[in-house]
Parts: sequence; structure tokens; C-alpha cells
Amino acid sequence: MPVDFLILSQSETAAAAVDVETLLASITIFVLAIFVGWQIITKIPPTLHTPLMSGSNAISGITVVGALIAAGAGAFTFAKFLGFLALVLAMTNVVGGFFVTHRMLAKFRRRD
Amino acid sequence: MTAAWINLAYLLSAALFILGLIGMTRPRTAVRGNLMGSIGMLIAIVVTLFEQRVLSYGMIAAGLAVGAGIGGWLAVRVKVEQMPEMVALFNGFGGAASFLVAGAEFSASAFPTLDQSIATSLSGLIGAVTLSGSLVAFGKLAGLNVMNSLKPLPMQNAVNGLVAVGVVALAVFMVLNPQHVALYWLIVLVALALGYFLTISIGGADMPVVIALLNSYSGLAAAATGFVLQNNVLIIAGSLVGASGLILTKVMCDAMNRSLPAVLFGTLGPTGDTKSADEVYTTVKATSAEEVAMLLDVARRVMIVPGYGMAVAQAQHAVRDLMHALMDQGIDVQFGIHPVAGRMPGHMNVLLAEADIPYDLLKEMDETNSAMEQTDVCLVIGANDTVNPDARTNPKSPIAGMPIINVDKAKTCVVIKRSLSPGFAGIPNPLFAAENTLMLFADGKEAVLDILTAVKEG
Repeated sequence: MPVDFLILSQSETAAAAVDVETLLASITIFVLAIFVGWQIITKIPPTLHTPLMSGSNAISGITVVGALIAAGAGAFTFAKFLGFLALVLAMTNVVGGFFVTHRMLAKFRRRD
Repeated sequence: MTAAWINLAYLLSAALFILGLIGMTRPRTAVRGNLMGSIGMLIAIVVTLFEQRVLSYGMIAAGLAVGAGIGGWLAVRVKVEQMPEMVALFNGFGGAASFLVAGAEFSASAFPTLDQSIATSLSGLIGAVTLSGSLVAFGKLAGLNVMNSLKPLPMQNAVNGLVAVGVVALAVFMVLNPQHVALYWLIVLVALALGYFLTISIGGADMPVVIALLNSYSGLAAAATGFVLQNNVLIIAGSLVGASGLILTKVMCDAMNRSLPAVLFGTLGPTGDTKSADEVYTTVKATSAEEVAMLLDVARRVMIVPGYGMAVAQAQHAVRDLMHALMDQGIDVQFGIHPVAGRMPGHMNVLLAEADIPYDLLKEMDETNSAMEQTDVCLVIGANDTVNPDARTNPKSPIAGMPIINVDKAKTCVVIKRSLSPGFAGIPNPLFAAENTLMLFADGKEAVLDILTAVKEG
């Protein structure tokens, strides 16, 4: 193999086999979600572009799900510590993001 | 709760995110849309607490409380004028959370599969670029003093290229040697440097593009983390945000007639063919608030075109008062908004909405331009490059071909500006010397208040 020289130590890591079916399902979801996002977001008027950014930004805080799992580990490990940091940052992003978006959007309500 | 129920709940979350975005397509339903998104997030958080891998809740409670506290506090305190930097900051936090989660998973799992290793390296790379890039953008938008001492390196583009190649090489190396967790953190470090380098040389009017691009990255980082965790709700939410940011990036680039590489790596400035300011500004006519009030008194249609200068002067409330005074006299008042006016997509709209100016008076560029020839008085407040007719008429101009608001086609154009200093493009603006243009040299807010006083007295 031409890449052999890049492998630091062969011994312990016959990396676990890729679960091709799961991976394909994930990629399918990824591609379809991008199409859905593209279709919806092109319809959002420029006047709402700032709230769109802050609102979608809050949605990207979905990483909080991963942070919860890492921070909820039983033993105190480095991974658990990272999870805690991630949890704080992701929650800041989620709560702050949805909140400022609400503040902005409330100003766009039509006043009758 | 079994894995199946948890995954069904995640599906519900994802559906709520999509419905939330659909709600955002109209101002009337947007508040509800945002609410649906936040409910989706709440569901995702609550069901994750039932995950069998979640064993201890002490850290979780602390993390949730601290994060929600900081986020809520920032969101309540921020002024609308500070919105661009706040969006940049939150964006950076999202990117950081993504690479931290990927790092935690990577250091905890002894034998990652090949696809997980690839996703982990991507999450580290994109997440770290998002964090440092967003922090630089935050510093610039907030006008932090420390940003003045941070200058681009000589040959910055060459350095960027080298760092980018380096980080990709590291990523390949890590994927081939997944047992060395330290490699991941090396990728994160180099990617942090890359994000810093890429944004440090970008300034002013190019900021909307960069913010939109970083927005997209934060989504892609979350999606990559979704591949690491094999979690579909992360993949769906991340790719929705990734698509959103990419669209905004494209809209911003189109509105400047520049390509994304030109914004990221190019320079914008006077070329050899650019006329000097002295040549252009031979016939500039200065005016007074009283004279503008007299013009407005006999006008039937008024178009107000704001730019970043209005945000700096925080003139939006004064502008609203002037709008009401004019409307009371039966004058038709509208606002013409250029897509890249300000420092983030939709910046002007948010400022004007905050001042309680109805959003249906805010017109997009095309509509503004088709109304311009019937406009008696066009009031330009703190805009420059976005109203420079050179973009339309002078093919040699550095901004040639950029779509502009044709304020020069109004019967009279009044430009409120503190001086004749150039805008971001660094070129003189022939509009200021045009026959039908009057210059009102003053701070945006004071000038508008003076006009308002004169209108009410007249």
C-alpha cells in the first residue's frame, strides 16, 4: 500500500468496519435535507435575513444533543469535561439565538 | 425510553425545525416559526436526557443552567445596534460546541470506523474555523480596540494556502491513524489559525458575506458531528443551516457582483483608471436642513435610502419621526434597501423595524429602482458605494457591474454624510457632484432631527 508510511503503528488498529448501510442512510438524509433547506430558504424575503441567520444559528446549536451524551458519562473523563464545555457553549447558542431572534421578529409583526 | 422512541422524537424535532423555517418565509408567521424551532430544540434536549448512555446528571444540570443563563442574559441585554456582533458570537459558540463534541466522542471511542474518523476530522476543521473566524468577525463588528493591532500578514493569501494545505494533510494523517487522539487537537489548533487568517483581512462592506459563510459553516460542523455520532437530527438540522448560510452568502455576493473567492482572497480599491476625488468633486453643492425641509414640503414621493452610516449614527428613531411628520403632510414615504447595506444580511431592515417602521414600507432594490424616476426627493443617509452610479456607467470602475440603488435618477437627491470621504471601495462617488444632488454635511442623526424641526416649523 502506498500510504503505509503514513500509518504510525499498525498493531492495535484494525479500525472497525464501516457500517455501509447506516452511512448511506445518513448521507441520503444529509443530501435531502440540503435540498429541503435550499427550497425553503430561497423563499425567505431579504427583510427577514437577519432573523433567519440568528434563528438558523440557534438551530445549529442542535450539537447540544451530542454534548448532553458526552457530559452525562458515568465516570469523570476528559471526554466528559469536553462534553460539559460543549454543553455550556451550545446552550448559550441555543437560548441566546432563539431569544434574540424572537426579539427581532416581534418587531416585524404587522400592526393593525 | 428505547432507542426507537428517542429517534422518533428526534424526527419530530427535525420536522419542527423545517416547519419553523417555513414559518420564516413571511413576516406574519415568523414569530410562530421561531417558536416551533425552539420547541423542536426543547424536545431534542429532553429526550436525550433519557438516552441510556446518559448516566450522571450533575454536570448536565450545571451545563444547561450556565449556558442558558449566559445566552439568555446576552439576548436580553443586547441592543439592536449590536446585533451583528451578537450573531457572530453565538455562531462561534455553535462551531466550538460541534468540535468539542466530536473531540469528546473521538477520545472516548477506542476504535472509530473510517467514516467516523473522516467526519471527526471535518467537524474539528470546520468547527474550529467557525470559532476563530466568528471571534474575529465579532471583534471587528464590535469595534474592539484590540482589532486595530491585528493586521494581516504580508503575503496573507500564500500563508492561508499553506495553512489550508497543512490542515487537510493533518486530517488525512489523522484518519489513517485514528488511535492518536492528539492529532485531532492539532487539527483544531491549525484550523483555529486558519479561521483567524481568513477573516483578519476582511473588512467593512464584505462583512455580510463572511457572516453568512460562517453561519453556513456552523451548520456544516453540526452535520459533520451528526455523522460522528450517527445522529440524524444533527445531520438534518446541520444541513438546513448549512444550506441557509450558503444561500445568504450567494445573495450577498450577487448583490456586490463579486465572486466568493474575490471577497475572501481579493482586494477592493482604486485602480489606475480611477479618477481622483479632486477631479470628481468639482461641483459639489452643500445644502442646509432648512433647504431640505423646503424641498420636502413640495414633494409628493420621498424615498429614504439608508446605509451603514445610519446604523453608526443610530439615526433610525429620528428617521421614523421624520417619516411620520412627512406622512402627516400626505407625502408618500418609502425606504429603499440595498441587500448589502450594513454589516450583515438584512441589517437595515432590523434597525428600521426596531424603530417601529412598518416592514411593508421597506422596498427591495428592484422595486426601489423602478419607483425612483417618480421620486421627488431621495434622502440618502450614510450610504456610499451602494448608490455609486459609477457601478452602472463606468465599466472601468472597481465596482463596475455591482447592482446599485439608482438614487441619481430621483428628481432631487439629498445625501446626508459627514464628509466626502470614500466608502469601503475607496473610490470617489460622482453622485455627490451630480447636478441634482445636494450634500448635507452632518452626523446622520443630527441632520435628520434638524430636518424634522424645519419640516414641523415650515
